[in-house]
Amino acid sequence: MACNEGSPIVKDLVLIVTAVILSLAAAGAIYRIAVGPSLLDRVLASDVLLAILGAALAIDMAVNRHLNNLVLLVALSLIGFIGSVTVARFVADRRGQVNDS
Amino acid sequence: MTPDATGMDAVIDAVTAVLLIVGALMSLGAAIGLLRFPDLMSRMHAATKPQVLGLFLVLAAIGLQMRELWVWPVLLVAWIFQLLTVPVSAHMVGRAGYRTKHLHPELLSADELEAVVLRAAGEQASAGEEPAEEKDEEAGKQP
Repeated sequence: MACNEGSPIVKDLVLIVTAVILSLAAAGAIYRIAVGPSLLDRVLASDVLLAILGAALAIDMAVNRHLNNLVLLVALSLIGFIGSVTVARFVADRRGQVNDS
Repeated sequence: MTPDATGMDAVIDAVTAVLLIVGALMSLGAAIGLLRFPDLMSRMHAATKPQVLGLFLVLAAIGLQMRELWVWPVLLVAWIFQLLTVPVSAHMVGRAGYRTKHLHPELLSADELEAVVLRAAGEQASAGEEPAEEKDEEAGKQP
């Protein structure tokens, strides 16, 4: 791969900065999953966690210049869609009984 | 993958770095919003940032780094797929959150769903079937 000489420093810097940012974001989302007062809050936070994972996969692709994770990215969005729609239907069906669980 | 000698490569790398870091900051903003916002609706507002704009920025960074033209339609398809699925799931979660009263009504500036829900409850009550009792019970429990 024909990189110029300044590239590895930028590459490492971007990797470290985005890793720190995404780790903090994932920690926040996991905290919301743990303490979230309702089931829908947890679903929403797990959706955000999926988005953070997708961002990490895409950053890996951009930094290392490959497209191996692209199918995984699409599958991840499909999983998030199916999961949140299913849980939303489940909550809507049993409303009034399990509000805060 | 053939960088020209005019410094274009460094410019593209810098733009890519900015796109990646801003895209990661979208996730951090969503996490901060999840932690600090008071109810489900405002948390949903924060949660859409990495799902749409963050993914767009990061996919644009991939397209810049690959330096091949055929990559862009593939990335566009991935983004449009996300753009189609996210509003539907957010709609479902929002409706379920409204029905289960996971919101602070005093924070809403407009509540257009209230009339629809009340009318649906009234129709079911006038039909006099079994689900009507459940609805009345729920309505009576709610302050």
